[in-house]
Amino acid sequence: MRGVRHTYPFTRPAELDTDERTHVPVIIVGAGPIGLAMGLDLDLQGIPNIILDDDNKVSIGSRAICWAKRALEVVDRLGCGERMLEKGVTWNLGKVFFGDEKEPVYGFNMLEEEDQQFPGFINLQQYYAEEYLIDEIDKRELTGIRWENEVTNVDQSTDGATVSVSTPQGDYKIDCDYVIAADGAHSPLRKMLGQDFGGETFQDHFLIADIKMKAEFPAERWFWFDPPFNRGQSALLHKQPDDVWRLDFQLGWDIDREEERKAENVSRRIRAMLGDDFEFDFEWVSIYTFQCRRMDRFVHDRIIFAGDAAHLVSPFGARGANSGLQDVDNLGWKLALILKGKAPASLLESYNDERVKAARENILNSTRATDFITPKSEASRIFRDATLELADEHEFARRFVNSGRLSVPTILDDSSLNTADSDSFDSKLVPGSPATDAPVKVSGQDSWFLKSIGTDFTGVYFAKEGASAPDGADELEQDDIPVKTLVVSDMDVAGNGLLLDHKGLLKQRLDGQPGTYYLFRPDQHVVARWRDFDLQAVRDAVARATMQTG
Amino acid sequence: MSETLHTEPRIDDPDDFYARLITLHADLSTEQSQKLNSKLVLLMANQIGDRAVLDEILDIVRKRD
Repeated sequence: MRGVRHTYPFTRPAELDTDERTHVPVIIVGAGPIGLAMGLDLDLQGIPNIILDDDNKVSIGSRAICWAKRALEVVDRLGCGERMLEKGVTWNLGKVFFGDEKEPVYGFNMLEEEDQQFPGFINLQQYYAEEYLIDEIDKRELTGIRWENEVTNVDQSTDGATVSVSTPQGDYKIDCDYVIAADGAHSPLRKMLGQDFGGETFQDHFLIADIKMKAEFPAERWFWFDPPFNRGQSALLHKQPDDVWRLDFQLGWDIDREEERKAENVSRRIRAMLGDDFEFDFEWVSIYTFQCRRMDRFVHDRIIFAGDAAHLVSPFGARGANSGLQDVDNLGWKLALILKGKAPASLLESYNDERVKAARENILNSTRATDFITPKSEASRIFRDATLELADEHEFARRFVNSGRLSVPTILDDSSLNTADSDSFDSKLVPGSPATDAPVKVSGQDSWFLKSIGTDFTGVYFAKEGASAPDGADELEQDDIPVKTLVVSDMDVAGNGLLLDHKGLLKQRLDGQPGTYYLFRPDQHVVARWRDFDLQAVRDAVARATMQTG
Repeated sequence: MSETLHTEPRIDDPDDFYARLITLHADLSTEQSQKLNSKLVLLMANQIGDRAVLDEILDIVRKRD
């Protein structure tokens, strides 16, 4: 079996050789994609942090493979987006097959709008994503990773936490202000806290076989309901880099896991699906069950849960790692403001509210897809098959076919951090939406809108005439929580912070009539927007978004 | 004037509607499910009313059997 990657060396922690207790603002538990991204985000925000992991390697096997557009935008802000895009397999098309029919029942295209930096999805093995994040952390000053450092206990006090750590060379304790638990689906921290993880386990098994082969299938997501090679079940074929292919077979509930996992039995399934006339090697084989679960709350005083540790979904829909990265996006700037004394600790409640909402949405979508793929009753199965038969010819029925509603970001439209519109806008964006991307030029160079916003609060002003910022915008840069204003113009004039909207797409997507001012959070979500710039209104909106008021 | 049969999507939030439809059948026996579906068909047919449209639907659903 292939797929084992680098190992990372254990380094003896200084704490083992001194009685002085180290204090670090944030301890992150778990060096998976969520923990690593969290470290990078805090680093960008100027917050020192240490990532502890009980292992010494990146993920074994491909595991998470589908990275959605919003997740790529988040990791791009952290410095790894372009590397993932370059290595990954870009795909936008999905096809759904049913029964013996060789032609797909229908196909779908994921990309909603052209002219954005990142596509709807790329496929990339989880270990590559983790390696790129680790490489980026190596370049940074404020984030350290400690491999083979297992957290055995966390003691909370009113103003921080003490983490007990076990290493191959001895145990130590370390103090911090906050602990972020990104320690995965089986989260030891969640168990230490005695927190429950409510939800359901679906009565079904799935076999993942990642294989390496030379094949001519296109880079599309192919999904089969009831195919001849897996009667009464479903199957999935998906391409990854390095000629690796993800095959996924539904097995049913009543199976012998050990038997199904045997190489000869997996090979038999693969031959039945793809034929006999090609060679392949196994990269990774795993049998799993679906679960949809979440914690009631993600924030427990000084311990904050993120990613699979906080919420778990079934894989169809690619809502696991993608939603975890949005947890990171949401949490980084809030925790940084709190640690810098610029926002009250209660700002964390908005992380809890916003990401619990997202988790509920993801679990709902994931549960519905699972119910369609794995009908729980005879009536449900008959409706499913009837839907698929109608979908071949009738557009309306295709909307009911559910092989996974693929990850899209949650719109935080009911967040208490938003300032409601007082003007009218003709845009898909509302307060609480993540920003949409568009091509721009910065200092004559091709760039992307999203690359210009993030880390701090950012104002985006659509210039009236010429390309100057509105009066008073420079004052915002001196505020305790600064707002940098970017000026958008469709005229090619030089200037600092000027975005040349040469295709007019930013104006179109944001309904950026001259004079319009958008305020974005550091995680690139719309806070508020106005048809005219008003200094006090912007300050009030920043105050509301950081819980300085009420 | 006679209506024409719509086969383009017309239902808002189709996933939610589908889930509700399946939930109706929870804990029902096969016969109870069939009766429920029959009532659905009759109610919806009456709502449609237009005989030409109903005939078109009947032709579509029988075609594959």
